[in-house]
Amino acid sequence: MSQFTISGSPHVHGDDSVKKIMYTVVLAMVPAMLVSVYFFGFDAIRVLLVSVISCLFFEWIIQKYLIKGPLTINDGSAVVAGILLAFNIPAGIPWWIVVIGSLVTIGIAKMSFGGLGKNPFNPALVGRVFMLISFPVQMTSWPVARPLFAGGFTDAITGPTALGILKEGVGAGKTIDQILADPAMPSYIDRLAGNMSGSLGEISAIALILGGLFMVWRKVIDWQIPVTIILTVFVVAGVFHLIDPQHYIDPTFHLFTGGLMLGAIYMATDMVSSPMNMNGKIVYAVGIGLITIIIRLWGAYPEGISFAILIMNAFTPLINNSFKPKRFGLVTKK
Amino acid sequence: MNALKTFKIGGVHPEENKLSEHVAIQSLPLPKQVILPLGQNLGAPSKPIVKKGDLVKVGQLIAKGESFISANLHSPVSGKVLKLDDAMDASGYRRPAIFIDVEDDVWEEGIDKSDSIVREITAGKQEIIEKIKAAGIVGLGGATFPTHVKLMIPDGKKAEYLIINGVECEPYLTSDHRLMLEKGEEMLIGIQILMKAMQVDKAIIGIENNKPDAINHLTELSKNYAGINVQPLKVKYPQGGEKQLIKATVNREVPSGKLPIEVGCVVSNVGTAFAVYEAVQKNKPLIDRIVTITGKAVKKPSNFKVRIGTPLLQLIEAADGLPENTGKVINGGPMMGKSLSTVDVPIVKGSSGILLMKQEESHRDTPKVCIRCSKCTVVCPMGLEPFLLSKSAKLGKFDKAENERIMDCIECGSCQFTCPSNLPLLDFIRLGKNKVGQIIRSRK
Repeated sequence: MSQFTISGSPHVHGDDSVKKIMYTVVLAMVPAMLVSVYFFGFDAIRVLLVSVISCLFFEWIIQKYLIKGPLTINDGSAVVAGILLAFNIPAGIPWWIVVIGSLVTIGIAKMSFGGLGKNPFNPALVGRVFMLISFPVQMTSWPVARPLFAGGFTDAITGPTALGILKEGVGAGKTIDQILADPAMPSYIDRLAGNMSGSLGEISAIALILGGLFMVWRKVIDWQIPVTIILTVFVVAGVFHLIDPQHYIDPTFHLFTGGLMLGAIYMATDMVSSPMNMNGKIVYAVGIGLITIIIRLWGAYPEGISFAILIMNAFTPLINNSFKPKRFGLVTKK
Repeated sequence: MNALKTFKIGGVHPEENKLSEHVAIQSLPLPKQVILPLGQNLGAPSKPIVKKGDLVKVGQLIAKGESFISANLHSPVSGKVLKLDDAMDASGYRRPAIFIDVEDDVWEEGIDKSDSIVREITAGKQEIIEKIKAAGIVGLGGATFPTHVKLMIPDGKKAEYLIINGVECEPYLTSDHRLMLEKGEEMLIGIQILMKAMQVDKAIIGIENNKPDAINHLTELSKNYAGINVQPLKVKYPQGGEKQLIKATVNREVPSGKLPIEVGCVVSNVGTAFAVYEAVQKNKPLIDRIVTITGKAVKKPSNFKVRIGTPLLQLIEAADGLPENTGKVINGGPMMGKSLSTVDVPIVKGSSGILLMKQEESHRDTPKVCIRCSKCTVVCPMGLEPFLLSKSAKLGKFDKAENERIMDCIECGSCQFTCPSNLPLLDFIRLGKNKVGQIIRSRK
């Protein structure tokens, strides 16, 4: 008589896995990667490779020699962190800064908390903010986007980002019309397609939205988080624009510049560091949107989504305790 | 056809694998011996009234349900009582049982075993309940709650709807589906009898629309039966859960910790309705039931009418034997069924199907870490947070688990089915429920 396996139900599994989720995210980032290579050329490839390889390396070495636990580098989470880190930095950055950023991302933000699933903050953002504070010059030397076949893409021309031009202009007391007339300011179409200065992966709203739709379809992210963030930014920016259109730029400008799309679609939706229940997710997303636009309008930095997400990450446990799913059987009967 | 309905919160879509849905019900030949565990119903086990050496007939009462929640047990065969002894049942424990050696097939007098349909219901409310009680009928969907107890509506409560569960949302199982197709009219009469006993004028049969033939068949038949409606439902597990079915069909939510009667509903399975028909119209106690024998490696996945107490092995042999690479034997479906350590157990009143899984399907993947994806929360049909309940139970934080409503869990397994990290969520939740249940009882 054969021996049968005994286990509790259920006896079937939906066949979803961490690996599948992670590689779905990687796949969703391919359009943005292609756009970055198109506009920043070899530099984009270089930063992506250095970032991904060093993230994998640090995860492997920490698991093997410090934690001495099972090796899980093939689960894809380090690859996702690496790509996201690369997406958040300028393409022209020296390689060794990327390596340091990767060490902070994996070593401090992820592995020191116990690895995948345990980190309270989005690792790539911790790495990015660390680099921004430690290497402010290199982290804000934005290469000018040059389409791949326009010729001579190896020269290192840098220029300010759209948000940088805005912040500087408003700071100098210029009107919005004057700021928009600045020759360095990308046109509307360029802002949408990504033909502008910026971090590697943040430039093309279209590519990012495409990847986001793919992730929503594959049920890897909830659409509510990015939509709420974007809506919050839009509404607050819109209200101030209506109050004083020459001091506050029109709200659509905010949507397609800086890291809003990248942050809202790919970073704020990070499963590990975002809230678990829908109402909580909405509160979290509104918080991110508010902090982002507050920093953009009145803060010292031109861009604030990284800080906004990290700050709201810190509230995630509190949000999880405060917002529970809709329980069955608790409603008043009809 | 009515518009499709379903329940609102959570749910998953496991592969249906209804391998035996087109296989008509066959009668399994009589076994040589039957083993009848005394605890085939929810509640107190029945008390045996036969002794070793007694000769019994088919349908003869052999054990009585004496407590309030208990059920009678009848001999499904004729022959001689071999012994009263402990026997392994589907729970994996050895429990008291009656062993009967089969001789011939002699039926008790007064049982109508013909196939002719008796349409006129002559019995009154009280008589119906008495007959159902005498016939030892229990919920055949798997819960085995004594049906006559369910029909006694407590004072101060009023039943408005009888909801008939034809959902069969468990993958693989097809016994209810076949019964609806082949015994539809008898079932409808059974439903009328139940309606009369409960004094309700509305009955709804909930059927998922992966069984369009059953929906059409019963919709057609029910035109002749006032008050009975067929409600097609979207395919979604666990729609066959009592609370989910009530939500889907009449959009009412049974309050936490309460019974369906709280919202004016009584839920019964299609198999139970058929058994009620047989008991009241044909005087036939519950001595057989439809059982699906299925699995990807099973040569002939089928539906059999099986006498209670028949050895499981005989059922497997009727489907062309135990496949060589069988790794797991499940009593019930793959989502909520129990795995058996041996095929040496009898078919009981609650066996709706036997699923044989191949070796390669029988093992879980290695659990990884929780990535806080919240998929378990999204699919939970009770609006719970399985990751939190599981963790609380694992850490022994039972007060936390209780506050987070662990006792609301219906153990449908959707969370564990969905978990991308293959965490044994339900294992720990069951453990927690057990412990929290003890704590709650100790307070009283």
